[in-house]
Amino acid sequence: MARSDRPRLAVFKFASCDGCQLSLLDCEDELLSIAERLDIVHFPEASRRMLTGPYDIALVEGSITTAHDRERLTEIREQSGFLVSIGACATAGGLQAMRNFADVSDYARTVYPHPEYLSTLETSTPIADYVAVDYELHGCPVDKYQLLEVVLAFASGRRPQIARESVCMECKARGNVCVLVAQGQHCLGPITQAGCGALCPAYSRGCYGCFGVKEQAQVGPLIDHLRAHHGMTLSQARRSLRAYNPAAEPLQIIALQCDKDDVSGSKKGSGGHDG
Amino acid sequence: MLMQRWTPRDVQALINGLRTEGVRVLGPRVGDAAILYDEIETLPIGYGDEQAPGHYRLTAREDQSRFGYNLGPSTWKQFLFPPEEAIFRVQDGEFISCREQPERMAFLGVRACELAAISIQDQVFMGDFTDPGYASRRENLLLIAVNCSQASGNCFCASTGDGPAVGVGADLILTELRPEDPYYLVEAQTEAGQSMISAVGGPAAAPGEIDARDEALAATRLQMQREFATEGIAEALYAALDHPHWDAVAERCLACGNCTQVCPTCFCSSTREQVNPVSLEVTHMRRWESCFTADHSYLSGGVVRPSVKSRYRQWLTHKLAGWEQQFGVSGCTGCGRCVSWCPVGIDLTEEVAEIRRSV
Repeated sequence: MARSDRPRLAVFKFASCDGCQLSLLDCEDELLSIAERLDIVHFPEASRRMLTGPYDIALVEGSITTAHDRERLTEIREQSGFLVSIGACATAGGLQAMRNFADVSDYARTVYPHPEYLSTLETSTPIADYVAVDYELHGCPVDKYQLLEVVLAFASGRRPQIARESVCMECKARGNVCVLVAQGQHCLGPITQAGCGALCPAYSRGCYGCFGVKEQAQVGPLIDHLRAHHGMTLSQARRSLRAYNPAAEPLQIIALQCDKDDVSGSKKGSGGHDG
Repeated sequence: MLMQRWTPRDVQALINGLRTEGVRVLGPRVGDAAILYDEIETLPIGYGDEQAPGHYRLTAREDQSRFGYNLGPSTWKQFLFPPEEAIFRVQDGEFISCREQPERMAFLGVRACELAAISIQDQVFMGDFTDPGYASRRENLLLIAVNCSQASGNCFCASTGDGPAVGVGADLILTELRPEDPYYLVEAQTEAGQSMISAVGGPAAAPGEIDARDEALAATRLQMQREFATEGIAEALYAALDHPHWDAVAERCLACGNCTQVCPTCFCSSTREQVNPVSLEVTHMRRWESCFTADHSYLSGGVVRPSVKSRYRQWLTHKLAGWEQQFGVSGCTGCGRCVSWCPVGIDLTEEVAEIRRSV
């Protein structure tokens, strides 16, 4: 295909660690084939060649944490046919969304000698909070095969085939022994979307939930069970729910419930407070 | 029936003999904190387990038992109906079958409930419609069953009528007795089983030893803590589709699909086209599906069963009621895996009892 006929792909970054866009470079065996089928016109991590829009497909990594980023995102949206947000930051705020549950000026004072030079929003929020998003790909980082699937699907005008089911489905298909049932580990697999190949449980470690919430995630029932039967403390519950995907609504709701339980526990002096 | 008496060494001779003949012997292996089914060269010794709803612990037994464990998360279906299987691929417009020449397999340590489950899946995959991959694997299979000398906390095969004594369909049936210094009573149900016995040899069992087998099975039956009323269950469940207890279950159920993935009879699958990004070759893949996912009931325009309640109800009523209409038998053989491996310990026997109680 002549270069001018190929769909134009652009990669953009907001508040993030670059790990998701690196997943594209990590497609070593497939990268040349991708480059033959798409014209990668804007990918600062990979090339100095940075062309202006319009773009057929924009991959957007990172969350929105500054007013400037918000403006830049609006421009990207205007220039893009399909906009795909990739990774936990872009789809659910990322680790940096811990600021959403604290006073950001406190953080700034603790970290920077001159916080007055900072210009930042109070929150770290997903791309979809500001512009229309055509597809959200979960993961911290995204899985490179899922990323390939999404890019190739949009390039050829079909729907991406990405399962929205639980990590448990991959765990069982892989023949892992359930770390929650057989070892009592605090595993978020039952509420987390598949896509990682059940990586952590395959190494006998409970799922951290980095792939975000699955469709119909039953966050409350899982946390209730882990607290009642597997010694999960309120503090552990909150931390696990506010780790990778803090802005995901089903996680937010239960994390807030944990805050309330904590307060009422302390008032009653029932020993519910655990830090 | 004529029975032989084997030592643990004879059982090992059976494994060795099959392997020498090129048969892939699949049986219990100690995996990550559980007994798994895998290719084996020997049997693990002195393992047991402790099970309750949502709870499994691998334990050490203070004896030499080879079959002193109950069921783990593995099922034999993973070998007959693999979690993922390539069906065909398309290359330059040509359809090419991905079916492989079946290997000869022997399942060693099949329990009564599991044998019943295999027979149920035989109906699914070789009944009105034949799944060629399943059928070819099934035809090249030896089934070496074991009578259960103990029950786990989640077993209820006595209620479903599928165990603990091995029924028909096995080639060979072993009973492990005197676990501190085990010996095995061996009986053949088929010619293939008879030739396995002939190959290993061993003396005939004494009448007293046969009594010991029956006593062991009776003790296992008594050990089962879970009861499950199967009579009239289809009518009772269909009459209770609006029962408030479905909502109560849905408040606990994670819709994660674990129960369906460990169930030895669940047979749902989905297919998708997998595109190789370099060659653009397309492979038609089949993989395990679950009625607890949204995609399972996705039809043009939407998901038919969007709520957790509707998915749990679908699973339970299909397993225990719809199955009877479809295949003439219940889809549950009382193995208890769905009870053990549910992350939040939802117990099918208790949920059914609750739903039947006030109808």
